[in-house]
Amino acid sequence: MSRYVIGRIGQALVVLWAAFTVSFILLQALPGDAILIKFLNPELGLGPEQIADIRASYAADTPLWSQYLHTIANFLTGRFGYSVQAGVPVSALLLANLPPTLWLATFGFLLAVILAISISFVSVLLPLPRLRAFFHSIPSLFISTPVFWLGILLIQVFSFQLKLIPVISPGPWEVLVLPVLTLAVPISAPLAQVLMRNIDHVLTEPFVAVARAKGASHGWVVWKHVAKNAVLPTLTIGGILFGELLAGAVVTEAVFGLNGIGSLTQHAVSSQDIAVLQALVVFSAAAFVLINLTVDLLYPIFDPRLRIQKGAVA
Amino acid sequence: MSTALNINSPTSRLSNVPALEIGNLAVSYRSHGEDHRVVHDVSLEVRPGEVVALVGESGSGKTTTAQAAIGLLAQNGRVESGSIRLNGTDISGWPQKRLDSIRGSKISLIPQDPTSSLNPVKTIGEQVAEVLQIHRQGRGTEIEARVIELLARVGLSQPELRAKQYPHELSGGMRQRVLIAIAIALKPALIIADEPTSALDVTVQKRILDLIDELRDEYGTAVLLVTHDLGVAADRSNRIVVLKNGRVQEQGPTDEVLAAPRSDYTRKLLSDAPSLGKGRYVISRVKDGSPADADHAVIVENLVQDFHLSARRATFRAVDDISFTVRRGTTHAIVGESGSGKTTTARSIVGFNKPSSGRIVVDGIDVTSLSGESLRRFRKTIQLVYQNPFASLDPRQTIFQVIEEPLLNFDPLPREERVRKVEAILDRVGLPQAVLARKPHALSGGQRQRVAIARALVLEPKILVLDEAVSALDVTVQAQILRLLDELQQALGLTYLFISHDLAVVRQISDTVSVLHNGRLVDEGPVEDVFQNPGSAYTRELIAAIPGQRNAFLENSVLNGASQ
Repeated sequence: MSRYVIGRIGQALVVLWAAFTVSFILLQALPGDAILIKFLNPELGLGPEQIADIRASYAADTPLWSQYLHTIANFLTGRFGYSVQAGVPVSALLLANLPPTLWLATFGFLLAVILAISISFVSVLLPLPRLRAFFHSIPSLFISTPVFWLGILLIQVFSFQLKLIPVISPGPWEVLVLPVLTLAVPISAPLAQVLMRNIDHVLTEPFVAVARAKGASHGWVVWKHVAKNAVLPTLTIGGILFGELLAGAVVTEAVFGLNGIGSLTQHAVSSQDIAVLQALVVFSAAAFVLINLTVDLLYPIFDPRLRIQKGAVA
Repeated sequence: MSTALNINSPTSRLSNVPALEIGNLAVSYRSHGEDHRVVHDVSLEVRPGEVVALVGESGSGKTTTAQAAIGLLAQNGRVESGSIRLNGTDISGWPQKRLDSIRGSKISLIPQDPTSSLNPVKTIGEQVAEVLQIHRQGRGTEIEARVIELLARVGLSQPELRAKQYPHELSGGMRQRVLIAIAIALKPALIIADEPTSALDVTVQKRILDLIDELRDEYGTAVLLVTHDLGVAADRSNRIVVLKNGRVQEQGPTDEVLAAPRSDYTRKLLSDAPSLGKGRYVISRVKDGSPADADHAVIVENLVQDFHLSARRATFRAVDDISFTVRRGTTHAIVGESGSGKTTTARSIVGFNKPSSGRIVVDGIDVTSLSGESLRRFRKTIQLVYQNPFASLDPRQTIFQVIEEPLLNFDPLPREERVRKVEAILDRVGLPQAVLARKPHALSGGQRQRVAIARALVLEPKILVLDEAVSALDVTVQAQILRLLDELQQALGLTYLFISHDLAVVRQISDTVSVLHNGRLVDEGPVEDVFQNPGSAYTRELIAAIPGQRNAFLENSVLNGASQ
């Protein structure tokens, strides 16, 4: 393995540790106590001693640093603790809620990429300047669209007015259509903006003039010379937008009443289920780090300038 | 070859039809809703097998004229009137689609900057093959074979390997050869060479221009050579067209224009061109002839500079055992091509690099022993002026702030004192006080370089390091800056260390010179001695590569071209 790869993996581990530590401190600093919220409920009729027992079983009263070391050791061995609210292992909760979010995120991201690429390239390939200007302005419209509003609007139009997608018990694919669209539109916007700016920039490069001087048509120039050079730098943006995707999933799942990591997060926050939240933060950070690590490692495959030179000829 | 057009038949070489004939061309650019005309009533012609040089300074409209000829004006550019005839056919009104069919095949381009003119993510082979694919010349293996043949033809070693490499793996000169291979692939009637060698070292420049000459002879192609360098034009063209502010000042056979220029502007260009000005334009300098005078401003002894390469433990020796001395009040030039170690040497002298071994004494101070605060103090005695006056000034600062800044870094002075110093130094470099409130973008390249010199001088240093300080400027501006530097040296007793790749300029300004090659000192001594009796083969090659020396043989080359 090259020094570059080892370095990137090392950085990824540091980011994970930092995410864990910062979220641990923040969660502990929050006012309120999940155990008290649940067990102090008078209907349960638990005495102070019983509550103290329960607290001891969660190790809730030991010093903070000892809790920190305890939790980090558990996380390292794959034990994420128990949800106070649901009373089941956090890992079980995560596993149960992961698949729907994974589908939503994957399709949402794919659609966002397709939208961004189509809008950007249509905006430079169209023959009419007015149409080009129209397509150029689409991303600014998309970027200022709130996710919740778009979701409600889509349900209103497609489900209630056009009656294309049933609201009650839709099929396994139909259930995904509107959420995916809701998630994709705001994420496609920054991607399209960066892509358009890159395309405009690459079009002014001398090698594009040279391609034109070879007799290449506008379409040939855009596909064979501009496309790859303009798309390459957006890989990084794509990685960063993954964070947006997670945030978007929370709102989207809430609006469409779907189960998933988003709704799990929402419930854990409202019930201050610290064990679940801690695991969610680390899970999200891990996903984010993994995506960005993949992007970094993919770059040399697409961009010959970043390949390590083996016995280059002077 | 089946093409819709009958431009470029082999017989056209013998016929009397010019390969390119531009008649009363007017081009304008549209900006902020207004048309600005930049080319006015330009007429010229290039006959088959002939090289016509289009000469002028930046902003003269030479590149716009060339772009119009190949139909590649910027989006906001437009041919207002006039004709552009390629082998007799007027293409000025053609739509882009129709122009695509002749670009690359009948008319081709050798661009200015080889480093950015090749697509970085495509292999060399793909990019050469592309022009054949666009014009449907052959299939897969046929094209591959032709690509290798072309790469070999333009003088690239190991063409099979080159075809698989990416642009960043090739040097600038090699990339320009690739671009030439693309330009000649379909044997066009006309090649437009837009400053084809401005970005290259002088010896590489010579080889590339030789190659273009050779291919022109072989294929009978006409060449429109756009250049700011009269020396290059003098060596390589049959006829010269001089442009200024978008108008033709004069045109005619090269030897006639050079021998008896009719316009004042051409005369000025000629007198300012360093490569043509041998003996005619030498800045007079006062030299006291006392060799015993051992007052050295700079002493460099056995300087070695190693750089560690990150990947392995390997080191790269950029500067290898260099020694020289510079007498106070004189100019010493360090000459070499890119990679020769000249800039590294300069950086060591200013104290930016810590030498791996050797000794550097500047104004009696051993630079190698300095660090921290003493190093910072030392910077007052020696200042740098950089090559690019566009990048070396902060675009958000006013000119006053630019020049004042060094004063703020050293001993605190009251504001009135600083204002007085800034105004005095501005006067010294010949700029009006009115520029103080402006920002760099409102100044011309020459004015900016004056500002950079003022900024360096405001601390009253004793030594100025000029790193390619005039290389980015037009010849007339270059001549003005060189005169200014000479005046300042005489008035302030400054010592200059002049880093340059341009031997012609070095000859104008320097007293002594060190020639570097691959980090080693290959020649040194008083400038005229080195010119008259170069001590190494490399120096001889450098001197031979200076353009503008072929005047004497011009008659011969004119005979090859078409008679007027």
